[in-house]
This record gives sequence, structure tokens and C-alpha cells, in this order.
Amino acid sequence: MSGAGKFGAPEHLIVNGKRLDGRGLMDMRPLTLDVRMVHHSNGSAVFKFGNTNALAAVQGPRETHPKWMADPLKAVLRCKYFMAPFATTERSRPGTSRRSTEISKVITEALANVVFLEDYPKAAIDIFAEILEANASTRCAGLNAAAMALADAGIPMRDLVSCVSVGKIDGQIALDVAGLEDNFGEVDCAIATVGGSDRVVLLQMDGIVTREEFSKLLKFGAEGCARVYEKQKEALRKRYMGESAEK
Amino acid sequence: MSELLAKERQLVLPGEVLAKGLDYLPSGGTFRTGQEVKSKFLGLVRLKEKFLGVIPLAGVYVPKTGDGIVAMVSEIQSSFWIMDINSPYDAILPLSEATAEYVDTAETDLSSIFDIGDIVFIKVFNVARSKHTSLTMNDYRAKKLVGGRLIKITPTKVPRVIGKEGTMVETIKNRTGCQIVVGQNGVVWLKGQKEALAAKTILTIEKEAHTSGLTDRIAKMLEQEGLSAGAPVVDVEEGKRENYRNENEEMK
Repeated sequence: MSGAGKFGAPEHLIVNGKRLDGRGLMDMRPLTLDVRMVHHSNGSAVFKFGNTNALAAVQGPRETHPKWMADPLKAVLRCKYFMAPFATTERSRPGTSRRSTEISKVITEALANVVFLEDYPKAAIDIFAEILEANASTRCAGLNAAAMALADAGIPMRDLVSCVSVGKIDGQIALDVAGLEDNFGEVDCAIATVGGSDRVVLLQMDGIVTREEFSKLLKFGAEGCARVYEKQKEALRKRYMGESAEK
Repeated sequence: MSELLAKERQLVLPGEVLAKGLDYLPSGGTFRTGQEVKSKFLGLVRLKEKFLGVIPLAGVYVPKTGDGIVAMVSEIQSSFWIMDINSPYDAILPLSEATAEYVDTAETDLSSIFDIGDIVFIKVFNVARSKHTSLTMNDYRAKKLVGGRLIKITPTKVPRVIGKEGTMVETIKNRTGCQIVVGQNGVVWLKGQKEALAAKTILTIEKEAHTSGLTDRIAKMLEQEGLSAGAPVVDVEEGKRENYRNENEEMK
């Protein structure tokens, strides 16, 4: 189901190896990252893919409410994904939706793989990922920001989680789909890995691909994640630079 | 052969490999996967002989047996108090650990010993695996703190506020003439005429905890405020000087 022919679709999404916004197939949009953005939280971060803007804040470990939710052996990790009503071109209804509930669940499960939950029995770690502006890959931006916010909050982790989207547009596999590519591309897939390795903790896809295309999709995704991972480390280091100075 | 990849006081991120091989052992803030010792936290590396540790730069207080903390009474039950210890976990002070005297619970209102809202410097008696925490007043430092004010700092920065063998907090006490009690849980109690200045100084230390030569700079800062050494400090109880355990010195 190629995008061509759909209402509003451009004739081609790739011209002479360049995408509509001038990127090559393996190029990501410019990344903007920062940590410690919300002072009333234990840790926070901002992650942007181009103009997809996610703000994440961590509260906790703290006492679990409601009490019945507490686990006597480990902490509960609760991640909430929200999209601001003004984040999209058409206003979206504020509050939880089917979509945000699903994304909250997959982000929570991805992060639960890396957090040492057993270090804080009975406690709760709350993560709030708010999408301030959306232009595809919002769950990726949300997850990347959440991972950085967790590190900023001083929560024990095995490694950071990094996430990118990969897609098939005009029959070719491309990294970090955005804008019209998201609306009219054939495949959209979110991949998250641990510490820039090939250990996948989140993989969601819609569309149809062949076996070969899927392996390529995974390969591109893993490489994109590795690049995001380097940026995340750089941003955290930069924020805390000087703290390593001998006292 | 084992290979050390991190230096003392180096800034590391979660998942960063600190050493390869079995000759280095993971201590607080680190974990081992296969041949590698990795960091759990965003923090600073501590290396003591073959033990690798990481001190996190942020985080909440998790009670540890023997810690001296500043706690607030949040609830009174039939024979124990529930204390807020600035942590995800509440702590319990049983009547038997609160006072050495015999108390007849039928006759006595427990609020006459500790009432809700009272501030105490208290010792962590025991922490169970489930983080069920009990406290004790059976310690020479433990006392009720009357009046004054409380400020909260990041618990991981408490050793910096105390300084090596208490030099930092001693400087502030001397210059401002305030009584200061620093709890390992990041709660600081202050009382005195210049407690606002003392509070400001402590928050400055927290903010600049990572910089070097801080004790001298703080002394200079207080001097600029017109405070030289030698202001009399009135202790709550004469002859009982706080003797702080400095986590910078001894690593778990």
C-alpha cells in the first residue's frame, strides 16, 4: 500500500536518494537533548527528534499509592505517556486515550528491563513523559527522555535505553521517519535497545515487509539506537561536567 | 588479567564498564555481569583496593543500620511512633526504644513523650530486607530538637556538608553561632540567631558539592558576611558534641 495515490500524498517520498526534508536514508533529524529541566522532580530530561519534543520527569522512588499496588519484593515502575492537546496539527482531546495507555505500557515494560527494581522494595517510581510537539516517533522521544530522566534521578540502572523509528518509504528502508513519510510511508517501526547494543526491549511495527526487509529494518534500528545512545551519554556528561573534578 | 577502566572520582553513567576481569569486586553502586564490573548510577567512582564503588549524584535516602538521622513524628500508635525520615519508607520507633524508663501505656499519653510534628535526631536501629525500619533513641547523640528550622538537601551530598571529620559543619557552627544537626537522610536542623545565613551556606555547599577547596571558600564567604571564627556555639546539651560518621571516609 504505497502512499502514492492517497489524498494529499506527494508523488515521491524519495527523490535522487534524498528524502523530502533533504535527509539521506540513514540520517536522523537533528537531536536536541538536555537533562534537569523540571526542578520539582527527582530527575528530568528533554529529548527532541527535529520538532518532536518530549519532556520526561521522574518522581520517586516514593511511597506507593494506592497501597495495594506495592510489591513487597520490588519497586513498581509506572510510566505515563501523555500528549499535549496542542502537540498535533489538529487538537487532540486531553487525557488518557487508548493510544496513550498502550504506549505507557510498552514504555514501562521497556524500562523495567534496565531498572534495578529490587533495590527499592514497596516503593514506586513514577515517570511522566509529556509530548509537547508531535511529528512522528513520539514514543521513541518519550522513551529516550524517560531513560535519561531516570539516570538523572539517581535510580540504579543496568544501562540506558535508546529508541528510534525505522520505516519503509517508497519501497526503501529509512531511519527516523517524519512528517509526510509517517503519513504516507508503507511501514513504521519503533525499536529500542539497551546501551546501544542489539538487545531489543521494544519493537512495534505496522505495515508489511519481507523477511529481508525486516532484517534490514532491525539493522538500521540498532544502528540508529547506538547513535541515540551516544547522544544521551554526551548530554548527561555535559550536564554534570565538572562534578568529576577533584574536591 | 584484569583491567581497570575507570579512575578514582571519574564521572560515570549507568552501564559504564569500570573494570574487566575477576580481580576487581563490585561494591556499592556497581554490579557484575560476566567478566565486567559496571556502574549502576550516574555518579563518581570510588576505588578502594580492589573494591569498585559508585557514589550517585542524586537519589533518595534509603535507611541503613546505624545512620544518625533527623526524623519527624508523623503518627502515634498504641505503643510506637511512626516517623517521617525523608525516604520512601516510614520508620517505627517502639516505646521500648524511645525511653529507658518504664511507661505504663494505660496511664500515659504517648504524646507527652513525642508528639506529632516533633523533630528528633535519632539512630536507625535495624533495617529489614523489606526496608521495614526501626529506630532507637538509645544513643548518646539522640535527642529531641526543639525550635529551629529544617532544610532538606540531597542525601548523597551529606558527607560534603559535614566535611572531613566534621570540619565543614564545624566552620559554619563557629562562624554563625548556630546549632546545626545534619542527618544522614539529608535533613538539616538549624537553630540560632543567624540560622538564615547558616541555611544559605549549607545550600551553597550542596550546590557546589563537587568543587575542590570548598571548606576554605565557605570560610571566606562567611568572613565576607562579617563573621569571623570564634562565635560561641551553645550546644543543646553541654559536653555532647556530635560525632558524625563520614561516608566519604569509609566505604561499604
